[in-house]
Amino acid sequence: MNIAKGLLGLMLMGFCCRLTAQPIHIAVASNFTHTMQTLVLEFEKSSEQKVILSFGSSGKLYAQITQGAPFQLFFSADQLKPMLLEEQGLAVVASRFTYAIGRLALWSAIPDFIDDGLSILQQGRFKKLALANPRFAPYGMAAYEVLARHQLVRATQKKWVQGENISQTLQFVDSQNAQLGFVALSQLLGKHSARGGSKWLIPEHMHQPIKQDALLLNSGSASKGAKDFMAFVRSPKAQQIIKTAGYSIATNTLVHKPS
Amino acid sequence: MSLSDGDMAAIWLTLRLATTVTLLLLIVGTPIAWWLARTRSWLKGPIGAIVALPLVLPPTVLGFYLLIAMGPNGPVGQLTQTLGLGTLAFTFWGLVVASMIYSMPFVIQPIQNAMEALGDRPMEVAATLGASPWDQFFTVVLPLAKPGFITAAILGFAHTVGEFGIVLMIGGNIPGETKVVSVQIYDHVEALEYAQAHALSGSMLVFCFVVLLALYSLQRKGRPLFMTFGKRS
Repeated sequence: MNIAKGLLGLMLMGFCCRLTAQPIHIAVASNFTHTMQTLVLEFEKSSEQKVILSFGSSGKLYAQITQGAPFQLFFSADQLKPMLLEEQGLAVVASRFTYAIGRLALWSAIPDFIDDGLSILQQGRFKKLALANPRFAPYGMAAYEVLARHQLVRATQKKWVQGENISQTLQFVDSQNAQLGFVALSQLLGKHSARGGSKWLIPEHMHQPIKQDALLLNSGSASKGAKDFMAFVRSPKAQQIIKTAGYSIATNTLVHKPS
Repeated sequence: MSLSDGDMAAIWLTLRLATTVTLLLLIVGTPIAWWLARTRSWLKGPIGAIVALPLVLPPTVLGFYLLIAMGPNGPVGQLTQTLGLGTLAFTFWGLVVASMIYSMPFVIQPIQNAMEALGDRPMEVAATLGASPWDQFFTVVLPLAKPGFITAAILGFAHTVGEFGIVLMIGGNIPGETKVVSVQIYDHVEALEYAQAHALSGSMLVFCFVVLLALYSLQRKGRPLFMTFGKRS
């Protein structure tokens, strides 16, 4: 009997908490996982708001959002999916902005393997080259552009191994199953930072910028917490965190022109 | 609904992989199942548990460990390099090895169950009629345990066709080599090409249902899936 009462109490407590502070539910592209966790820690220092994070590939999160997933904010790894959500009327008009620009790096877990940028790719002194799938992964597309720019697609294609996302691509290189791979700079700096080996930070002019957009979804349109968080991500403090994590910041973060 | 060349390549690769894995598992799994069914050794528990482990482990975990083990610094990778085979990740045979581990319980357990259900009696009778242990195995045990073998083959094949997590982790998405149907469907979904994903998923669903239906119908005509011989003796 006492147990039943206790359980009832717990349930009521849970109910009350729900009423007082609705947590903000954010869908986040997995490449931004660590950075987002740092951002949330910082945000929660100055806010009572609780934040729930769901990580996944942008494609999967997009599919879930179109099917009514309960996310209030969406941090995609690209611009395409937020734009599509906007077109379909699933997001708040004019809320979309570029929260980070990804930096691409060629990385090897073997020290001194990459000595002089492009030359290792041109000489082909490697067995496998890992990259994220260029068909849909933003960092994969950028990697493809770098290769295409230097007429290296045909020469290297037989050696490609493709990760479904940038995390998997990193695993291929980290386990040395691939000697070389295009990964995100943020992965090499992140929490478990300072991965050894050798790297070449790809100059930004060699590929289209990897713009990562976020937007407020319809289910968050009435949530003050969600709007506060969006404002926080644009604050100088948050932008510093994002930069330190290995991303660039868009000079003009507002990409949507209000009509 | 139309399937692209890439889809067709993925389908053929999947069938080739599932067939190879099923055949190899039947060959490797039968002695293990036989040993597990007959032994009184204390090792039966631990070995049985190892055989069942892939049922519990999430495929991505298994795939991650395999990726590390198959890498140039992993134990499997060092062995294959010493043998001059290079490393197994991102190759068809790497997938075969991984799938064999992953589908192992689905093949070994039905065979083991069927063999355990036989009991000692048929073997003893055969022995009194002068059959050698090999004769007993091939002329008595194998035919009597046939339903177990058929179940094992169906489950092993089906489970390999449906495999995804491990292939994703160690495959590297190479067309014609490691890009199987499940990965191809995943790619279509990730690229937001839902129509192509539907077409391929639908074909896979129909194909698998037809194969399973055919095999299970065949089974029904013959004997029940798992026989017990206790009452007959």
